[in-house]
Amino acid sequence: MSEPILRIENVSKIYGARRSLFGHTSEVQALKDVSIAVNKGESFGLVGESGSGKTTLTRSILHLETPTSGRILFEGRNLAEMSAVELRRLRARVQIVFQDPYASLNPRMSVQDIVTEPMLVHHRTLGLDRRQRRDRAAELLSLVGLGTQHLTRYPHEFSGGQRQRICIARALASGPDLLLLDEPTSALDVSVQAQVLNLLCDLQDRLGLTYFFISHDLAVVRYLCDRVALIYRGELVEEGDTDDIFDAPNSDYARMLIGAMPEVRVPSTAT
Amino acid sequence: MTQITDPIPADTARPRGDGLRRAMFRFRQSRLSMIGAGMVAVVLFFTLFGGLLAPFPEHVAGGVDTANRFDAPSLAHPFGTNELGQDVLSLVMAGTTVSVLAGFGVVLIGSAIGTLVGAIAGFVGGWTDEILMRLTDLTLTIPGLILAMAVAAALGPGFANMVIAISLSWWPGYARLVRGEVLAAREEVYVTAARAIGAGPGRILFRHILPNVLSPIIVKMSLDMGFAILTVAALGFIGIGVRTPTPEWGTLLSLSRSYMPDYWWTAMAPGMAMFLAVFGFNLLGDGLRDILDPKARR
Amino acid sequence: MAGALLSIRDLHLTMKSFDGEAHVLNGIDLEVRRGEIWGLVGESGCGKSLTGLSISRLVPSPPARYARGEILFEGSDILTLPMRDVEALRGKRIGMIFQDPTTNLNPVYRVGEQLVDVALAAASHDPSVLDCAANAGRRERRRAARRLAAEMLGRVGIPDAKTRLDNYPHEFSGGMRQRVLIAMALIGRPDLLIADEPKTALDVSVQAQILKLLKGTVADHDIGVILITHNLGVVAQTCTHVAVMYAGNVVESGPVARVIEDPAHPYTRALMAAIPTKESRRGSLNGLGGRVPNLIAPPPGCRFSPRCPLAQPDCTRAVPPSVAVGRDHWTACLRAKEIEGVAHV
Repeated sequence: MSEPILRIENVSKIYGARRSLFGHTSEVQALKDVSIAVNKGESFGLVGESGSGKTTLTRSILHLETPTSGRILFEGRNLAEMSAVELRRLRARVQIVFQDPYASLNPRMSVQDIVTEPMLVHHRTLGLDRRQRRDRAAELLSLVGLGTQHLTRYPHEFSGGQRQRICIARALASGPDLLLLDEPTSALDVSVQAQVLNLLCDLQDRLGLTYFFISHDLAVVRYLCDRVALIYRGELVEEGDTDDIFDAPNSDYARMLIGAMPEVRVPSTAT
Repeated sequence: MTQITDPIPADTARPRGDGLRRAMFRFRQSRLSMIGAGMVAVVLFFTLFGGLLAPFPEHVAGGVDTANRFDAPSLAHPFGTNELGQDVLSLVMAGTTVSVLAGFGVVLIGSAIGTLVGAIAGFVGGWTDEILMRLTDLTLTIPGLILAMAVAAALGPGFANMVIAISLSWWPGYARLVRGEVLAAREEVYVTAARAIGAGPGRILFRHILPNVLSPIIVKMSLDMGFAILTVAALGFIGIGVRTPTPEWGTLLSLSRSYMPDYWWTAMAPGMAMFLAVFGFNLLGDGLRDILDPKARR
Repeated sequence: MAGALLSIRDLHLTMKSFDGEAHVLNGIDLEVRRGEIWGLVGESGCGKSLTGLSISRLVPSPPARYARGEILFEGSDILTLPMRDVEALRGKRIGMIFQDPTTNLNPVYRVGEQLVDVALAAASHDPSVLDCAANAGRRERRRAARRLAAEMLGRVGIPDAKTRLDNYPHEFSGGMRQRVLIAMALIGRPDLLIADEPKTALDVSVQAQILKLLKGTVADHDIGVILITHNLGVVAQTCTHVAVMYAGNVVESGPVARVIEDPAHPYTRALMAAIPTKESRRGSLNGLGGRVPNLIAPPPGCRFSPRCPLAQPDCTRAVPPSVAVGRDHWTACLRAKEIEGVAHV
């Protein structure tokens, strides 16, 4: 088996335990010995409720935070040992789409500025001139189902679903291999969610992307992901193929979550 | 069948410039803001043309007319004449230039320094933040007017020195405001998104954070204008402002002080001018706050 | 048939804005009886929350204006009642739960104090809420209110309720705060409970607990509930009835089992088709194109027609009337006959 694109090895993260003027704050263990391997080209789902450590893990993968212990490897290379130049190059290859499309776009930037920004930042790696950047921005917009006429508009002029498409276009701008999707549809209506999910499926097929999909919505994870890991209070509870986990969950936590899924089934006790 | 390109009508997004029209609409809804804007427009008009339009330009230049000392308001002199027989209306009109420009200068320089200090403190954090903010606190402990007086006394009188003197006591308010706003903006998701893209600190600060903290700064500048004009006048009143014969509201008021209450008109015109300018800028500031308030946007 | 607890008839609500007057509610009909849990579903901007807020007259007016219609609560029209009477109804007979637990509890007061305040306010309209003499002193009334607060917290499943009264909101978890809110809404023994779900979803486990609690409350107290949600799954598992709203209209309503088994409006079908289920294959989800229309100049006739796969020219002629497609099952669609019986996704 080939090297996984992303490997998380025994990662723990402890917050707090700072001594301050007014006594010391108690520490919080956000992640506890988490190990995950994500293979190239697959959709890996990470399921957890609020406070489970999902966000900390995402931020650690993006190297916005350093784990207290353990290693995070991208294509076998440890993030912690990378030089500044390597890290910069890594940022072009690992991108993220956030949950709230209303908060994750700078309201003062036009769509074109937003989508071309990654190309500007990674100018040295990508080497696109002004014209090429503009063309690529237009191309990305049409890839996510928007038109060139939207390039000069500002985020507030778009609906939630359209904003999320802009976020996806921005994430794709630097030509990443791994896309972290942090609850990309949980702030959207079901009808819009379906479109964005389909878009994500389509993009993966076309561009050969690897998805690391973070969600608390099991139905969405089941729909999109090949493999799933369940995280509870910073600990990995269960991991495996999506179908296996949904059909025969091993842990109580998985059973509880799956049981609590609000599915559209006709209630048997209906009057 | 994958259906990904659902039709998004081109007209769903609003045309550009519409935001501005909307803002104007909201602004016009408030009568007080409109009055404030009108008053500020009048003040700015006199700032530019006050000296040219003055009915007695020779008085503005320092000419005296001792035959007509302390004339009561009349048709020829709507606000009367002063102890040198100069037309008070002309002096006040011409005085607008110095007073308002000095106020502008103070607010501009003060906000520039304050924004720089506050942005760096909030963005860099740690020791830099501590040092810059303690420096700010230190400046705040010295009463503004006293500090300005000291600086002005050290630099000597004159327009530029007066502006610099006041500015040096003016920036801490901006530093505190901007630091707070930057601290909040730093945690915005789009800033995290920019960091995830790999954007450097300069880009994040100038492209993502500062443009989004501009609104409160502008509002504070407008609200501060009135107070800055008053401070300029106060320095003029105690005699550290511009030198006579250059007319300036504070100086005019100070000179007329000795002739109160018999020749009340010498004080009334500069006082009213100040009152209107300060009031106008405050109303405008309130109006701006209403339309620029981030909570009202979205 | 026994009189309805709440009956909304032909409710029209307009909102004035910069662009003109938006017709946000366009003839809502809804009838809620005791023991029923009604789910109001639809996309954002369809008027679900405004319908809920209208029932307790919490929509600021102006800019809002009720052009037509009535909201009858046990026979009296809330829209024409004097404000004092509406306020009396609010805390007491009509309970509201705005399910954003982070913002709806005042962080600087202990939970107990907030509950006691609500209890005392409810008692000022109806002294029987508190278990003490009507002419009891302030002290005694407060003690009774505190007893009631503890009892309510216990009833919504908060362990050790008496000591928890002295905690601040931040000392409660998200789910527990939800429960406090429900306790607060139940304290005045309402006959009608309106629960509005937050925009971003709750944790599944918390949601499941809350819904169970809500169901239990209805069974215990024989009250009516309106649950505003965008999640059809929640409706299917919790509600007895459902009203599907689109662009200010109720496009389909009826008993949950009937509506979900045999949806009679294309919009309901589209909403259901958009939910990923066990059977849906990757990339096969049916999204609904377009978006909720601009309500200042809504499409003529059926407001859903521009997005509707079954739309015909006559759909744009007039607003389709509600027709019965089954017992208590109504739909406002001209093509209802064609949909009927067509196997759905």
